[in-house]
Amino acid sequence: MTEAALISDTPRRATAMASAPARIALWLRRRIFASWRDALLSLVVVLILGAIAWTILPWALFKATWSAASRADCAPGGACWGFVAAKASQFIYGFYPPLERWRPDTVFALLIAGLTWLMVPRIPGKGYAGLFMMVVLPVVTFVLLHGGVAGLPVVPSDKWGGLLLTLILAVSGISFSLPFGALFALGRRSRMPLVRWLCIGFIEFCRGVPFITVLFMAIVMLPFFLPSGMKPDPLALAVAGIIFYEAAYMAEVVRGGLQALPKGQYEAAMAIGFGYWRTMLYIILPQAIRKVVPGIVNTTISLLKNTTLVMVVGLFDLLNIVSAGVADPLWVGSQAEGYFVVGLVFWLMSFGLSCYSRAIEGGFARADRA
Amino acid sequence: MENPIIRLENVDKWFSQFHVLRGIDFSVKQGERIVVCGPSGSGKSTMIRCINGLEHYEGGRITVGGELVSQGDDNIEKIRQRVGMVFQSFNLFPHLSILDNLTLGPIKLRRLPRAAAEAQAMELLERVHIGHQARKFPNQLSGGQQQRVAIARALAMEPDVMLFDEPTSALDPEMVKEVLDVMIELAGTGMTMICVTHEMGFARAVADRVVFMDNGAIAEVGTPDAFFSAPRTERARQFIQQVIH
Repeated sequence: MTEAALISDTPRRATAMASAPARIALWLRRRIFASWRDALLSLVVVLILGAIAWTILPWALFKATWSAASRADCAPGGACWGFVAAKASQFIYGFYPPLERWRPDTVFALLIAGLTWLMVPRIPGKGYAGLFMMVVLPVVTFVLLHGGVAGLPVVPSDKWGGLLLTLILAVSGISFSLPFGALFALGRRSRMPLVRWLCIGFIEFCRGVPFITVLFMAIVMLPFFLPSGMKPDPLALAVAGIIFYEAAYMAEVVRGGLQALPKGQYEAAMAIGFGYWRTMLYIILPQAIRKVVPGIVNTTISLLKNTTLVMVVGLFDLLNIVSAGVADPLWVGSQAEGYFVVGLVFWLMSFGLSCYSRAIEGGFARADRA
Repeated sequence: MENPIIRLENVDKWFSQFHVLRGIDFSVKQGERIVVCGPSGSGKSTMIRCINGLEHYEGGRITVGGELVSQGDDNIEKIRQRVGMVFQSFNLFPHLSILDNLTLGPIKLRRLPRAAAEAQAMELLERVHIGHQARKFPNQLSGGQQQRVAIARALAMEPDVMLFDEPTSALDPEMVKEVLDVMIELAGTGMTMICVTHEMGFARAVADRVVFMDNGAIAEVGTPDAFFSAPRTERARQFIQQVIH
């Protein structure tokens, strides 16, 4: 009774004053076993989690073989992590020649530097960071990876693969789909009917067609329209396809933010003397985009996972590279391990994106409240 | 009138079928303070919004400093830089700090270096008695403070004319005075001002002329004393009784 009174009266103070075990007991009683219904629900959840762990953990950990030279060395019934170790460099670089792998390593380092610059709020010069990600990085990445200049041997894009390829597709898609999406969103609200119709047509086409169809059409139909002998690079097609396909989705997200802005903001900007583009760039888009951060991140995560569809045009991205790995006679039958690790990597990237999104939403919310 | 800074000649405007402005003929000299009043729906706001091209007008012509105001023309942006505007609902930019609200226009449009723009902004914020709030964001300020920032933001473009569209109508009563005081101080500097307002005390204190609008037309123009004590039209008499009561 006294305990109960303590809980209901000043729960926070009581929690703060109690010792560590007492605090845990209090938390359990308040959050997990507050009533018999809560207790039952908690128990069911624990059972489900336990059952999942019971199936995965023995396979992934207890019965697993950690190092092996081939599938034959692995104990049956457990994971064969030797496969992932043996194919790790293929998972990361694809078929990039081992002697030249300092080039993708440099690209990875530049990418991490650029992302840190762009995403850590305290580092100044976000405009330059954007310029770096949108102009410098794509050019440097292409020149460095492709080679053919300054004595670098040419590595054609069909040798690029694995995580390298997935990141190229995802980062270029993410960096360019938002700006293009914003342009399409503005175009859809334009007062000029031709611009508006073009943007509506484009957006509705992309949203109405599966991404695989777009890729297939690009790879099968585009050569008919190009001069004979000109074969489009599948990677270039995939990058362009992802950017424009996802830009259509971004456009609709951004449009939602644009519609939420009061007319007074446009009028105040115009009254100061800003023209259309400056009004959009400095006043309208910054506010519209802040309003739709969750939608943008949602689209970004789906973009990241859509990059795996490039397997239909014969690219070996992080997902498809697993099938190349298990084609090795030494490792036949190791799909489960490969897809498990690839799934984990995709999950980590998506989860990282949503954590980042929650952090910046929190920042905006504080700025609005304060 | 010699070289008026703003001239409206026979201006007509329709909202589809509704004739909102009927043959407005009206000029403002450099340094003049005009108060525009009239019943709601009489076209006061529409008229001053036509002066900086926020609204189209279909007939007649409007010039600011001799330049024709016509929407869609490239010079409309130049004209707007010379005509400051203060709105009923403040319309500060909520994603920018108070300081950035004031410096954005000068930096991007007048090509002022950031340091100079910030120095000028701080001076203006002192003038509207809000210098210590420069780093805050608009929604951290009261309505009266926001409206004073909006006045400072318009002044940061160093305009020749200031338009006020019912600047105190959205404010709580206790904040009206702080905004009117700033406007009275501004009038003292010789700024050309056109104010749509029902604040008769303000009109008596600073206005050179009061323009009374009714049903889309200018019904009466006179000095504040003449207008308030001896209105010539029956409609103006009724209106004055309602706002003074």
